[in-house]
Amino acid sequence: MLLIHCPYCNETLPEAEFTYAGEAHIVRPPDPSALSDDEWEGFLFIRSNVRGPHYERWRHMHGCGRFFNAVRDTVSDRFLTTYPAGQPRPDLASLTAASEPSK
Amino acid sequence: MSQYRVPGRGRVDTSRPVNFTFDGRSYRGAQGDTVASALLANGVHLMGRSFKYHRPRGAIAAGSEEPNALIGTRRGPGRFEPNTRATVQEIWNGLETTSQNKFPSLKWDVGAVNDAAYMMFSAGFYYKTFMWPKSFWNKVYEPFIRAAAGLGVAPTEEDPDQYASRYLHCDLLIVGAGPAGLAAARAALAEGLKIVMVDENAEPGGTLLSEPQARIDGRPAWDWLAAEIAALKAAGVRIMTRTTAIGYYHQNMLGLCERVTDHLPSLPADTPRERMWRVRARQVVLAQGALEKPLVFHGNDRPGVMLAGAAQTYLNRYGVKVGNAPVVVTSHDSAWYAAFDLQAVGARVQAIVDTRPHVREDLVNEARALGIPVRLSHTVTATSGRLRISGVRVNPVSGATVGAGQQIGCDALLMSGGWTPSLHLFSHTQGKLAWDDDLSTFLPDWTREDCVIAGAGRGLWGIEAALKDGAERGREVAAALGKPGNPVALSVENDRPGSGVSMKELPTDRNPGRAKAFVDYQNDVTAKDLRLAVREGMRSIEHVKRYTTNGMATDQGKMSNINGLNIAADALGRPAPQVGLTTFRPPYTPTTFGAFAGYQRGAHFEVTRKTQIDPWAAANGAVFEPVGQWRRAWYFPKAGEDMEAAVRRECRETRASVGIFDASTLGKIEVVGPDAVTFMERMYTNPWAKLGVGRCRYGLLLGDDGYIRDDGVIGRMAQDRFHVTTTTGGAARVMNMMEDYLQTEWPDLDVWLTSTTEQWSTIALNGPNAAKLLAPFVEGVELTEDAFPHMSCVQCTVAGMPARLFRVSFTGEIGFEVNVPAPMGAALWEILWQAGQQYGIVAYGTETMHVLRAEKGYIIVGQDTDGTVTPFDAGMGWAVGKNKPDFVGKRGLARPDLAAKGRKQLVGLLTEDRSKLEEGAQIVFDPRQPVPMTMVGHVTSSYVSDAVGRPIALALVEGGHDRMGETVHIAMPDRVIAAKITGTVFVDPENSRLKI
Repeated sequence: MLLIHCPYCNETLPEAEFTYAGEAHIVRPPDPSALSDDEWEGFLFIRSNVRGPHYERWRHMHGCGRFFNAVRDTVSDRFLTTYPAGQPRPDLASLTAASEPSK
Repeated sequence: MSQYRVPGRGRVDTSRPVNFTFDGRSYRGAQGDTVASALLANGVHLMGRSFKYHRPRGAIAAGSEEPNALIGTRRGPGRFEPNTRATVQEIWNGLETTSQNKFPSLKWDVGAVNDAAYMMFSAGFYYKTFMWPKSFWNKVYEPFIRAAAGLGVAPTEEDPDQYASRYLHCDLLIVGAGPAGLAAARAALAEGLKIVMVDENAEPGGTLLSEPQARIDGRPAWDWLAAEIAALKAAGVRIMTRTTAIGYYHQNMLGLCERVTDHLPSLPADTPRERMWRVRARQVVLAQGALEKPLVFHGNDRPGVMLAGAAQTYLNRYGVKVGNAPVVVTSHDSAWYAAFDLQAVGARVQAIVDTRPHVREDLVNEARALGIPVRLSHTVTATSGRLRISGVRVNPVSGATVGAGQQIGCDALLMSGGWTPSLHLFSHTQGKLAWDDDLSTFLPDWTREDCVIAGAGRGLWGIEAALKDGAERGREVAAALGKPGNPVALSVENDRPGSGVSMKELPTDRNPGRAKAFVDYQNDVTAKDLRLAVREGMRSIEHVKRYTTNGMATDQGKMSNINGLNIAADALGRPAPQVGLTTFRPPYTPTTFGAFAGYQRGAHFEVTRKTQIDPWAAANGAVFEPVGQWRRAWYFPKAGEDMEAAVRRECRETRASVGIFDASTLGKIEVVGPDAVTFMERMYTNPWAKLGVGRCRYGLLLGDDGYIRDDGVIGRMAQDRFHVTTTTGGAARVMNMMEDYLQTEWPDLDVWLTSTTEQWSTIALNGPNAAKLLAPFVEGVELTEDAFPHMSCVQCTVAGMPARLFRVSFTGEIGFEVNVPAPMGAALWEILWQAGQQYGIVAYGTETMHVLRAEKGYIIVGQDTDGTVTPFDAGMGWAVGKNKPDFVGKRGLARPDLAAKGRKQLVGLLTEDRSKLEEGAQIVFDPRQPVPMTMVGHVTSSYVSDAVGRPIALALVEGGHDRMGETVHIAMPDRVIAAKITGTVFVDPENSRLKI
């Protein structure tokens, strides 16, 4: 079971308190009707599906109830960081440098 | 004392005899014995039959890695367990055990015919043997496979035992209480450090239990061990025995299964049989030691053939001599000591056969001094004996030439192919392994977890090396935990470090194609099978594994993986590290379902949510159905009524007078705040800005893809307050979706969302007399058409209780939903029930609710929709606010596919023969078209309707809205039913019955 840091509660808590909520930093367009079908498809369906550090959303469902963002390595399943919704993407280089495997 | 028990040896207490049975026969063992050691003490080696060939088998090991000696254990009714390893199960007075995979008896087994027909069951036989003739599959092959498949017999009775589930947090978890683990604990000890050490055995000590000859710190090993255990316990180290670390999960969480009562003659009260521990440790030391490898040669599976290290354990730990005339065959030094130990207790070792041309001089000299014949550079090419080994054929090897064989009589054959570090848990961490050329085995390389490996797990052999490495690793983790650690310097005498070479199959002078040289004993995989798999094109070790099933048995390849790899690598002509190992997965050893389930069984398996009115329904004969986690009254049968009759009556009486229905499970969300109306405008398809306070509206919720997600009636209680209802099953989902949009897309909106489902009891009254029944109890509003028209809501008092009263209808009749604070629900229900007697009130359940709504064409989200249905498909375009600039799903509805012609649309169906359709049945336009037919939709709802006088149905049909009056066909297994497409409203299309 993963341990996840809730940036709102500022506590590291077991995964069972959280639910996954899909890729992060996908903003719903302010005026969807102005979008072409292709653009709307991109917003609605197209996801990055990365191997490695992935920006994603979690919700502290059985805690404070807040949605927040995380960077998780999809290979190692390690959380590199979590941060409140609405903040910009953290710098990936500084995060991955800190998570190199140890012998 | 039995013939094979050695006085003065072992840790068992022969002064405390223990009687148990095996296959109905009584045996006597000693306190501390396992089933295997006790049977061996009685001269019994034959303990089971193999899985595929039904070959006679005995215990090959002395620990949890045992692949052969699987038994059933019984402790009275319900307490039967199959596939228990006889080498692990401790005996107690009265224990009943049985062998497996045999009929009619272990000694005379019919299934052994498979052994003679072994050519049929070669690698991949599943894919080959049963392919033809095709007609044989149903009648011959499948029943045969079903009867033969599976190990042991599943228990048939409910397990009466309790299983516990616990959490444990510690600074340091040490897995394995052998020399490395003990030294690690000693070295890491520090004030304030919580250390837990676990071991799967009945007592701590590991290798030390099998090597009493060693002296540690000037004391006999067992004396040192006892003192060290006591000292560690006194220092606060928690030592858990009979506890297996079954899995290593993310972020240093380990699963431990503690066997609490399986070794006890009587069950203590209020004690679980097993405890599953979920441990979160800051640091972990894996000190699990190494597992001995068998040698691979023809006949290496006869009862009496066992690992040399196991024989040593049986002698030194259990005081059991596994034979009087053993032969040792080995490629590693360690087996020589087994020969010496057995010779010392009076066995006559017939020969030590070593595959190596050169062996340490001191070993050879000692063998000669003890009078044991030594044959270096020799191989074993066959064994003889039916139910117990009686002889072994050994041949000299010179280069690639195998010389003439010679028979040696024996009653046991002790083999050692060297040792494999136990890296299962390490592999669970996704840890990477590195091949070590000198040891020709894999060693741990790196892992992301905060975990170190100590001792034999790193390829370090001997007690001294294990103690030294354990101490170093212990100090390492202490430092990681911010503690100084302790110096540990222990001298060891009479240590038995050794080395060896790693073999594939032993060389032979026979046709290897006919050899039964077993690699995986439990799954009956031979060296020949592995080579065949490679010849037939398997290149990846993962494919070889699955094709042959090597390493796929319940022992998880503990013995077979490295031998299998060496043989496959040789067949592939590639070095072993390039071929690689298959992945180890949890659990480390077979674990009971009970331990995983813990407390979550029976009534605790899942939550059952009940409304406040549920007890009334139960007392009044309701039949219940589960809806999500709720238990809801389904229908209320009277004496002699079946479901159809009860539902028909409930429907008729509701439409004739008044029905009462418990709607408390409806999801309820309070949407409050200055921006509440803006939020509602954006979430739901409908317009809300102009909805007056005290009015309600049917709301439709879509996803941004344009498909219906949920629906419900929403009342505006105040300018800034909406009472939102959702479907029973959708409440949590809708709440989550609303929070998602509010928090992440529109954080600027000043709105609060509160789940209020359980704060209200909701009672629905429907029928022509509903207003008459309710009116006398309502204060604050008159229940007239003018004062309180259809789709009104109000905060008022009902029977003296604060209430939110809605005038809504899910039946097409005059309808009210009374919400009162949840605890008052039962009282209000009783009041209305009593007052309703004068009108012949009827209590109805969910089935009648379904029928009444279907008669009116009201949809059930999730039944008449399936996640691909738009409001327009469902005929509810009227609920979509076309003038709103945006709402969730608006852009989605404009996607070309969603606006296209020929979409499946919700229609009514009336069958021509007046039969009731089956929900889910597929619909075609032309029943005479060739198969496979083009399916054009399916039946979503189907009921017998009392009001219509015939069965009615709702269905999704391609282009259905433009096909009114057309006939479609529903194909059933026995016939084809014709039905006419109609509108979805079967009763009162003018809504005249809604008026008071």
